[in-house]
Amino acid sequence: MAADGSLAVSAASGTGRASSLERFARRRSTIAFLMTLPLLVVVIGLVGYPAAYGIYLSTLNRRMTGFMEGDWLPTGLGNFEILFDSDTFWMVVWQSCIFAISAVLLKALIGFWLAHMLHHIPTKGQRKWRGMLLVPWVIPPALSTLGWWWMFDPSYSSINWILNIFAVPAVPWLGEPWWARASVIIVNVWYGAPFFMIMYLAALKSVPEQLYEAAAIDGATSWQRLRYVTLPMMANIISITVLFSLIVTFANYDIVRVLTNGGPRDLTHVFASYAFQVGILSSNIPRGAAVSLFMFPILAVCAFFVLRGVTRRNKEQM
Amino acid sequence: MAEVSLRRIVKAYEGDVQAVKGINLEIADHEFVVLVGPSGCGKSTTLRMIAGLEEITAGDIAIGGTVVNDIPPRDRDIAMVFQNYALYPHMSVYDNMAFGLTLRKFPKAEIDKRVKEAARILDITPLLERKPKALSGGQRQRVAMGRAIVRDPKVFLFDEPLSNLDAKLRVQMRTEIKKVHQTVNTTTIYVTHDQVEAMTLADRVVVMNHGIIEQVGPPQELYHNPATKFVAGFIGSPAMNFIPARLEETSGALRLMLPDGATLNVPEARVARYRSHAGKPVLFGIRPEHLTDDKPTDKTNPAPLTLTPEVIEPMGMETLAHFRIDGAEVSARLDPATPAAVGQPLRLIAHMDQMHIIDPTNDKVL
Repeated sequence: MAADGSLAVSAASGTGRASSLERFARRRSTIAFLMTLPLLVVVIGLVGYPAAYGIYLSTLNRRMTGFMEGDWLPTGLGNFEILFDSDTFWMVVWQSCIFAISAVLLKALIGFWLAHMLHHIPTKGQRKWRGMLLVPWVIPPALSTLGWWWMFDPSYSSINWILNIFAVPAVPWLGEPWWARASVIIVNVWYGAPFFMIMYLAALKSVPEQLYEAAAIDGATSWQRLRYVTLPMMANIISITVLFSLIVTFANYDIVRVLTNGGPRDLTHVFASYAFQVGILSSNIPRGAAVSLFMFPILAVCAFFVLRGVTRRNKEQM
Repeated sequence: MAEVSLRRIVKAYEGDVQAVKGINLEIADHEFVVLVGPSGCGKSTTLRMIAGLEEITAGDIAIGGTVVNDIPPRDRDIAMVFQNYALYPHMSVYDNMAFGLTLRKFPKAEIDKRVKEAARILDITPLLERKPKALSGGQRQRVAMGRAIVRDPKVFLFDEPLSNLDAKLRVQMRTEIKKVHQTVNTTTIYVTHDQVEAMTLADRVVVMNHGIIEQVGPPQELYHNPATKFVAGFIGSPAMNFIPARLEETSGALRLMLPDGATLNVPEARVARYRSHAGKPVLFGIRPEHLTDDKPTDKTNPAPLTLTPEVIEPMGMETLAHFRIDGAEVSARLDPATPAAVGQPLRLIAHMDQMHIIDPTNDKVL
């Protein structure tokens, strides 16, 4: 009897263990974790690890044999100290900010204007225009920038040729620092404005028509409808698009690399192209890593304020 | 003064589809007029043309004596309440109500006074600081009404304002709208597909169908003297019964011969009106409330009729019984105490004083 009894108890406890394991596996949180696991692996592998490795690299010396020591910064932060003392680096910071802010602002304005124009075209013709206007965004930027490079070429510039027809003197597009900066911004705006356009068009389509009708009856002019209905209703999309674009534009590499390669006199470098020059072309990978790490705090501050605004508006309106 | 005149108004869309086919309507100052009809009858299009949200293909619209065809909505001095409220989600209730006045550059003190007064009338004072998201459907509808009231416009336009509310709230808001109209007394044009709303709210009801006005009149007039088969069937719930019949004249008296062989005497007072149709097929129209169980107290020209119920619906205060006469569905309102049963022949009486005869060739009520 005793033996039978103990057998029964152990069998029961075995079933208990199995069922609690089963319960654990069936829990919503467990299932959710398992389903997001592939994404987590990808994010850790492709974002977390390179970022951590980048931080580690930035602390090494040029030969990558030990930590980079500075005069007054703790061991391993010497690369940052050198960058802080470098005029070229501060010029890159300034140039990156000018480039990113002016390009994003222009992209946002042109994108908004295009979206507004498209929104008012009848649906039939809209698809055709939408497709055509998206072309710059679809072409690989390295290729399209080559096209622009030819158009800016000092000897064969087609833009200068057109300007000459109107008796406007030729412009040294890529030879003068300010013109070179403007050229980089023009190409970036040409490439990126369709993204804004498509995002804003989707946002415009989601604003209920009755809000415009209510505003029209309330006495709003078309400018006031834009100011008091369209813009507040699109505020979240505008913020998120600007943030995305700011991140991508800040980290832009291909346009600067193909168009000016940072010249003339390093005056058109942005973070990514300068990091490439310092890290790869000058074979100082740790300092290149330190340059690229500077983007993070600037973008983190932007992201914090933008996302805080989005969350606040969501809470109020949704 | 805010009379509204519609003169031969036409609205045509691409492909010559006419949504509104040349309607004429005169709405008096302070009047509450309800446009009612089924979906696609042109009632909302008409309202939107009055608001200036749709262009008029032909005809004239005048508000307060001024033709407003080419005047944009903001200069028509109208206010509109939309079906889905159309509140600005990023503004507080106060700002939503004040928006129209702010755009018109009213002094801040005046705006504040008007918003608070409207909030008091609509009982939404505690909600003024909230965003529309934090309001229930009924509260949103009040805010939408408040936004219209503060403007003190010449005309209020309501576009199916209660359609998004549940049945109980709809009844409550209906009363609120009536109260508000009694308080502010502004000319009001109200669109609905619900004939109960139309009957309860309107000074005059405009019944529309297929882009034309079928009949205009006070609710009781439409109920008792419908001009067409459509109005007779649309006004009243459950809808009026239409039974194919033949008018026969025998020695000066008229009788209705129903397809199941039943014969109903036409009241003497109506004989002259229908005599010209003697010997012709007609539609006999009678409302379910005028086809009741046989009670000795009924003295309104009762005509006995025996029918067999197919379905019985006890509603509590009354019982609805459904029959079929030669394919035509017929409903009757019975006393809940009447022992009616499916398949058991039931003796009913038709209150012939309330009957209607319709000419099937043109669907006009004779």
